[in-house]
Parts: sequence; structure tokens; C-alpha cells
Amino acid sequence: MSNIYGLVAEFDSPDTLLRGAEAAREAGYRKMEAYSPFPVHGLSEVMGHDDPRLPWAVFIMGVIGCATGFGLESWTAAVNYPFNIGGKPYFSWPNFIPVAYELTILFAAFTAGLSMLILNGLPRYHHSIFNTPRFERASSDLFFLCIEARDGKYDAEETTQFLENLGAQLVSEVEK
Amino acid sequence: MDNSLHTSSSSGPVDPSVAGLMEGEQTFESVTEHLASIVLRQDKHKLPWWIMLGIGFILYNLLGLALTKLLLYGVGIWGINQPVGWGWAIINFVWWIGIGHAGTLISAFLLLMRQNWRASINRFAEAMTIFAVACAGIYPIFHTGRPWCAYWLFPYPNILGMWPQWRSPLLWDVFAVSTYASVSILFWFVGLIPDFATLRDRSENMVVKKTYGVLALGWRGASEHWNRYEIASLILAGLSTPLVLSVHSIISFDFSIGIVPGWHATIFPPYFVAGALYAGFAMVIILAVPLRKWYHLEEFITQKHMDWCAKMMLTSGLIVVYGYAMECFYGYLSGNHIEIRMMEFRQFGPYGAAYWFLIICNGVIPQALWIPKVRYSNAALFFISVVVSIGMWLERYVIVVVSLTRDYLPSSWGYFKPTIWDILMYVGTIGQFIFLFFMFVRVMPMINIFEMRELVHKKMGHGHGTHDEEGHDGQLGLATEAAE
Repeated sequence: MSNIYGLVAEFDSPDTLLRGAEAAREAGYRKMEAYSPFPVHGLSEVMGHDDPRLPWAVFIMGVIGCATGFGLESWTAAVNYPFNIGGKPYFSWPNFIPVAYELTILFAAFTAGLSMLILNGLPRYHHSIFNTPRFERASSDLFFLCIEARDGKYDAEETTQFLENLGAQLVSEVEK
Repeated sequence: MDNSLHTSSSSGPVDPSVAGLMEGEQTFESVTEHLASIVLRQDKHKLPWWIMLGIGFILYNLLGLALTKLLLYGVGIWGINQPVGWGWAIINFVWWIGIGHAGTLISAFLLLMRQNWRASINRFAEAMTIFAVACAGIYPIFHTGRPWCAYWLFPYPNILGMWPQWRSPLLWDVFAVSTYASVSILFWFVGLIPDFATLRDRSENMVVKKTYGVLALGWRGASEHWNRYEIASLILAGLSTPLVLSVHSIISFDFSIGIVPGWHATIFPPYFVAGALYAGFAMVIILAVPLRKWYHLEEFITQKHMDWCAKMMLTSGLIVVYGYAMECFYGYLSGNHIEIRMMEFRQFGPYGAAYWFLIICNGVIPQALWIPKVRYSNAALFFISVVVSIGMWLERYVIVVVSLTRDYLPSSWGYFKPTIWDILMYVGTIGQFIFLFFMFVRVMPMINIFEMRELVHKKMGHGHGTHDEEGHDGQLGLATEAAE
């Protein structure tokens, strides 16, 4: 068993995948993942993906970006290098808003992009799911549901039977 | 395969918001094949591609020539003088940045507004943004005179103990444009990841496969990944929308913070943003008309897309025309005789022809877009878009040159004439834009493939894009759409 990553069912449409995933969840499978060529709405709810970390990371980094910009400007213009520009006060904060604003967006945007990749575990050199037959079509027109061998309810024969009953076109055992 | 499962789901209604956004009978596979093969097969790139790439390459070399001469002799080779210190460098900078803005608006703002029609045009519009910003960035850097010292613009602890002057809009520009460029590239790349995975999976050549494999970062389309991907895309869209508005507002501050007559007006930020979108949508149309013809993309970029782009162009154009009217109002009713003289000089002085030509280009000719027949004619759209691009260039010319030549002090009045080096550099950046754009078309999918698959799914009302026997369901859906 140790060499098996899981059982992968191949579906031909997002709807059959979605219903398959729902059924698998109801049947008690937890360690599973669905693969689709485009985001299928409703799938992440079924799969129980609910990760609030990304938006929070973006918010926190946005605040840090704003503070970095405004703090740097205030410190350099009023403390470290005070210089009379057009008779304006050293701490002329309205003039500091544009740069603080841009840095807010810069920090927040890169956090959004990079934390999406990091939390998704990307970039990644290889993954067992790529051993699935015809998986190259998961980026075109095929939809896959994988029940992993580490799931408590996993049983090679029973799970295969279950997946076949869901309307899968092909069920294959995939090696690690 | 269990058919009863299918019929139970096929009652799902066709999403009316996607009607007319994709023509022909498309399946997930046909969409993927059509768009991916443009990248993977050289024979899809016929003579027009070679011609455009050639023109771009030749003009790009002119840029190299112009920049070499500039580095050897300094900015004195340009037509700039006292009092016109800004000249074509700033005109072209603002023109290029403005062109870029439509790309961000399409990819970000329309995503937030849940406008499905953006999906077909956002990829190449984003590419347009990045290449336009790349062209724009050259000007201010070389206009500093010592571009190798351009990093002095950034705040870093240095041996002189000096810091940038935070109260200057020119410094705000540095932050706005560099943020804009980096966030645009990030947004573009994030959008490309799933399509790189498609190209990785479809290419047969090992080198090509490995290249796209590296770029795809191991993307496997897991639902957990898509979940975070969609959240991140939405957040990036939410951040890019205020970003794009701020960038051109800050560029307008370059002018409006100064007290030069004709610049010191509160209308500038919205008027500049509208102008940027105006020029940007014009460039989207200029690129879309030939692309859809040469690469047979009429089914993806439909006449409806062209129609909507034209309407966006018309709307932003009307805001720009309102801006012109307000400039006259501010000028003539300012009670300040220098402002009044400046407006007279702008309209009836030696640069008067440029002003009236700009009014014809931006204010008069585009009004033809009110007529549906014009919006549905590609030739007419292309022509009007070129006219608008010229008009928007003239607008910046009029704003920069006329005001600077008529300052408050008559002793510092002057006259500006461009030299051949101004022209060569401008033509050179157009070459860079064309060259980069057609290289992009060759190596990256110019239409977002995974969003097109999603559109097929929505259009069918259910997900049976892969099967012929389900085709009639799709057709029924189409008939209902047509009836609406």
C-alpha cells in the first residue's frame, strides 16, 4: 500500500466532478482533491477549502507598506534630513500620501500573488498526481477526483467500486 | 457513462451575461486547441506576423540608434530649450502610460464588476499595458540626462546623507510608475500560470515543454489551488483598480501641482485618467482588429466585444471633451490675464493648428461611434482608434508645449521645435512596442485559455463541452440567447 498515492477517477464534465466530490464527501472520504482545467464553482465548498490566511496576509502587509512609506517619509523629511522646500513645514503630511499609498498597494499586491503561490506549495518540481494516466488533459478537458491512500476510509477495492459508481470514465490506481 | 446524471443537471439556465461573447460551437478541447496551437505552432504565424515583427525590429533598432546618440551627446540633441524643458520626452511618456491604462482597467476593474466580456481581451490588453509602460519608462530615465544615476531617485542610505524630496510630484511619479509596472507584471504572470500549464501539457518538443513547465511552477489545477487563485486574483484586481486611477492622477499632478498657466487646475486628475482610458481603448481596438483577423479569433473576440470597447472609448472620450470645455472655462473666466492670454495663445497662436486638430481628432470624429453601424465596422473602428491615438498625443503636446512657452514672465517666453532625434526616439519606442507585442503573440497565449473554458461552461449552462451528443443542448441554449 505504501507505494500508492491514491485512486483517481476521471470525469468528462465539471458537473459530474462536482457531484462525484459531493458524494465522496457524504460517503465519509476526507483526504481527497479535485483537479479541473478551470475553477469549478462550488467545488471548494464541497472540498472544504476555506483558508482565511491569504486575505489577512494581504491586509497586514498593506498596512505595513503604508506605515513603511509614511514612516520613511516623515522620518527623513522631518528628522534625518530637514530641508525647507517652498516654505512648507518639515512634517507636511499631505505631500506624503501618494508615496505611502503606492507602497501600500505594492506590498499588498505582491503579498497576494506570492502568498497564493506559497500557500499552494508552488513552485513544485513534481507531484504524484502527474502519474495519473491522461492527466495532461487536466489542463484542457478532463476532470479528476483523487481519493488519497492516506484517507482512513480508503480501501483499494471498495473505493474503486465507489468511484466507478459515480460515473467516472476511468478509475486508476496512481503510484507515488 | 451514466446519462441520467447528465440530464438532471442540464436544466441549468444559460447565463445571460455571456450571450454573444463566444461564437460557433465550442468545446473545452476546441477552445484549448485553437488558442494553444497559436503558441505551439509556427505555421499559425503567417506573413503578417513576419511583416509586423520585421517592422518592429527595424524601428526598435532606430531606438537603439537614438539612445546611443543621446548617451554620447546628451539631451541637447533634442529640441528642448529654455523655457520648454520637457518637450517630447514627457509628451511621449504620458502618452504611453495612458495607453497602458486600458489594459489594467479591463483586467482589474471589469473583473470586479463581474463583466464576463473582459475574459477574451484581458490577456493581450495586459501585455499591451506592460509593453506600453516599458516604452514610457525610457523617457523620464533618459530625460534625467544621466540615466546611469537614475537609482538616485529611490530612497536609500547614501554617503551624502541625502534623501529624496518627498514633496515633489516627480518623485511620486517614480513610485507610482514603478509600482504600476511591477504590479502589472505580477498580475499578468499570475493570470498566465494555468495557461502555461496547458502549454506544458500540450507541447511535444522537450525544450518547449520544459520551458513552459518551469513557467507553470508545477500548476496542477487542484481545487484548493483554484480557490486561493481566485481569491488572489480578486484581491489583485481590487488593488489594481485604485492603482491605475492613482497612477494617472499622480502623472497629472506633475502638471497641476505646478503654477504654470494652463496646468494649475483641479480638473486635471479625472481628466487625465479619462484621457488615458480613451487612448488605451483606442489601442486595444487597434490591436484587436488585425489580431482577430490574422489568427481567426472572431469567435472569441466577437463583434460584441468590439462594440463594447467602442462604447467605452466613446464614454471616456466625452469626459475628455468635457475636460477641454472646462479648460476653456477655467482659462477665460479665471480673471487672470496670463491665463486668458495662454488660452488665446493655445487656440489662436502658433500652435493653434495642433489645438484644433486635437479637437477634431478627440472631440468630433469619434462621435461617429454613436452610430451602431460604425461600431460594427472594423475598418471604421480601426480608423477612429488611430485618429484618437493621434488626438491624444496632440493633447499632451498642447498641454506641455503651449503652457511652457507662455509663462508668467514675457522675458522667458519661447518657442519649441522638435529635432530628428525626438522623432527617431518616438518612432523607436513604437517599434519596441510592436516588436515586443508580436513576440508575445508568438510565445504566450494572447487570450486567456482557462477563462475561455470557463466561458464555454457558462455558455452551455452546464458542463458538457466535451461531448457531441450534448451539442444540441448547447444549441438550444444559443437559440434562447438569440431570442432574448
